[in-house]
Amino acid sequence: MAAAGRLDADGTTVSETRLWHFHGGLKLDSRTARPASEPLLEIPVPPRLVLPLSQHVGQQAEAVVSPGERVLRGQPIARPSGYVAAKVHASSSGTVVAVEDHPVPHPSGLAAPCIIIETDGLDEPWEGYEALEDFNALDGMELRARVRAAGVVGLGGAAFPTAVKLGAGAGLKMLILNGAECEPYICCDEVLLKERPEEVLAGAQVLLRALEIDRCCIAIEEDKPLAKQALQAAVAAVGDTRIEVVSVPAIYPEGGERQLIKVLTGEEVPARGLPPDIGYLCHNVGTAAAVARAVLRGEPLISRIVTVTGAGVARPRNLQVRLGTPIASLVAACGGYTDEAQHLLMGGAMMGFPLPDDSVPVVKATNCIVVATAEDIQPRAPAMPCIRCGECAEVCPAQLLPQQLYWHAHAGELDRLDEYHLFDCIECGCCDVVCPSQLPLTQYFRYAKTELWARDRDRARSDLARDRFESRRARIEAEQETRRRRLEEKTRAANAARGDEDARKAMIDEALERVQARRDDDRADEGK
Amino acid sequence: MKFAATVPPHVRPRTSVTRVMGEVLLALVPATAAWVWFFGPGLLYNMAIAAGVALACEAGALALRGRAVLPQLQDLSALVTAVLLAFCLPPLTPWWITATGAAFAVLFAKQLYGGLGYNPFNPAMAGYVVVLISFPEAMTRWLPPGGGTLGAWETLRFTLTGMLPGNLSWDAVTGATPLDDLRTQLSLARTVTEIRGGELYGLLGGRNWESIAGFVALGGIYLMWRGIIRWQIPVAVLLGVFVPATFFWLINPGAYPPPTFHLVSGATMLCAFFIATDPVSAATSRAGRLVYGFAIGVLIFVIRSWGGYPDGVAFAVLLMNMAVPAIDHFTRPRTYGHAG
Repeated sequence: MAAAGRLDADGTTVSETRLWHFHGGLKLDSRTARPASEPLLEIPVPPRLVLPLSQHVGQQAEAVVSPGERVLRGQPIARPSGYVAAKVHASSSGTVVAVEDHPVPHPSGLAAPCIIIETDGLDEPWEGYEALEDFNALDGMELRARVRAAGVVGLGGAAFPTAVKLGAGAGLKMLILNGAECEPYICCDEVLLKERPEEVLAGAQVLLRALEIDRCCIAIEEDKPLAKQALQAAVAAVGDTRIEVVSVPAIYPEGGERQLIKVLTGEEVPARGLPPDIGYLCHNVGTAAAVARAVLRGEPLISRIVTVTGAGVARPRNLQVRLGTPIASLVAACGGYTDEAQHLLMGGAMMGFPLPDDSVPVVKATNCIVVATAEDIQPRAPAMPCIRCGECAEVCPAQLLPQQLYWHAHAGELDRLDEYHLFDCIECGCCDVVCPSQLPLTQYFRYAKTELWARDRDRARSDLARDRFESRRARIEAEQETRRRRLEEKTRAANAARGDEDARKAMIDEALERVQARRDDDRADEGK
Repeated sequence: MKFAATVPPHVRPRTSVTRVMGEVLLALVPATAAWVWFFGPGLLYNMAIAAGVALACEAGALALRGRAVLPQLQDLSALVTAVLLAFCLPPLTPWWITATGAAFAVLFAKQLYGGLGYNPFNPAMAGYVVVLISFPEAMTRWLPPGGGTLGAWETLRFTLTGMLPGNLSWDAVTGATPLDDLRTQLSLARTVTEIRGGELYGLLGGRNWESIAGFVALGGIYLMWRGIIRWQIPVAVLLGVFVPATFFWLINPGAYPPPTFHLVSGATMLCAFFIATDPVSAATSRAGRLVYGFAIGVLIFVIRSWGGYPDGVAFAVLLMNMAVPAIDHFTRPRTYGHAG
């Protein structure tokens, strides 16, 4: 991808917006219940906010408030406990009522530590932030600090701390803003691009400044022409020639960072590497908008756009929601459940995971809530044996051999799985959809990965146990050695003193005294 | 509100084994009709016998193995095996030969290896080879291009009893296939041009045989259009036959028939679109399928030209089935982000 007449890294002219293909992928029915034409609706602050301490990839944040404390909107309530971590802010003003485990939206379905705030309806802002006159006056490090202070993480679903990604290093060629949602149902980015393109654009400019590069490409799928038009109009209004808006074909999983980079540049991110290794950095368009708000207005990440859709809700639409709002409030804002509501998912139809109940809160990664019917999600037909048709390999965007992986996972041959690059599987689910034997391939791969992780953990644990055992033995040997040496010294001293009767006597008396003293001590102890 | 747990992805599978096999059966309908039109209803009798035996053997084996019988019978794979086997047999075949082939295909070549998905060899071809070497004479008694003298009823009676109507001799009823005839005549030092002047031959290959080949190809193209098979194996098989056939024909057109003759004769088309494309016993990667198909094509030509059988499809396929693990090993595609 490059604009007409622009030079690429090798100094050769490349043609206008040339696109490449990534291997495989699926054309999915992208119009499936995608309520992108409905205007964005901001929903009121709920009476109770549940803010998990871990809403990002990395170490869990540490709560800095305690129950009973009053907090204001935007006030930091948990601080990062490591480099790969993000702050959590109060989404509205109110009183902290508890810091305890609460169900969170996570595939495991388990509870996790959360800060629970009883809101007061005043939505009083915290005064700790200030807007910025001119972001160009700040350098990359200062801009990154502002992004970090605002607790911004990737809003495309991965929730990786944005400031960490911005520290990717020097020598980047291009910033890529990912507006390719590609999964059925999800359209929060499309609505953002349509309604607030200038925010995404401002985010792009801030990110370019922070990275100190001058090329940005914003990729939007070709089946979202309105979003593209809106963004193009915004770019034209500002006249920023560094930023280019590109239409990419709507093929799932194009929104995957590695796939998008391949489509835009024809280059592949090394398997064990990251996009910056080949000079690119990808951010979601929603993240860019959050960066713009954080840097320009000093606004922490306390709300996001969530698509609420599926035949199980009365009026599917996109909502602007405070983080920590229970899912039930979102559904209520969309007219409530229909009679057919049967399944609740967070994420899209392909990679979204089920939520056990609707009391879980919206977190930074919540891009979409799907309420599906029994018709939408039918129980799988019993799996048949693999007939080796190879369709899974034809659609695999990672160019893996899912049938071979399945074979080895099924047989429990964990070592062979590494050989067939199991860990390059992005769990997009394409293979499941085309499998005539209806095998739950992705589920097998998730299982196999956890098995391998467990095995590596076990191995690490037994290595540790062995190390500890060996060091203990070494310590005991060293102690015995010192004791032996001390004894030798004493014997030598005694032998030396043999000639001198007085000295010998004194030594014996001394020893007897020591014994007597110990006896007295023992007796005293018994007496207690 | 509580919700049921599910497992992503939540998009329904687009296809099923039953649909794949059903489409294969559907794609064979035009060829079957053409066959019956030209050679009488013998094929249908063979199909019925093969299907009955194959399904019975499949059901019995599944029951003995303690598997769910009905769901697995519904995958239609046994039926496809039976139909493909029937296509390889002469229209006048006594029932016990058909039954032997079908039973061997399902019991030995498929179920003993673990059933659907686990058979290294193409079951239909394994069954056919067993009857080809067990009943060599019966396997050469094909019908003349006009269809022969037996009616539907007499054909059925022959199929069930193995006896011709009293006043008829084998020579009066049956004839050689064009491939067989060409082979015999070439050994009598006649040239290809002379031989192809005979009334057994048509425009490109055998009279009527070439039309059937056309209908088989039509069915194959339908399968590609429906996404049931991919182009690599059919194209590679046809090229594998075409390239050496062209080479030898150019060198000595008197002793080698033109490449088009090979393409429309015998089971070339059936092999390219329906037999070599059996996913279970074929190579799986794109490159592997090209290698696999091309090698089958070359072997077909080699066996036809210099081997002991007039057609070599079954042997070519079985030989390459054996090579599949090696082909798959050497043609593993490069994973994204990994060096070649």
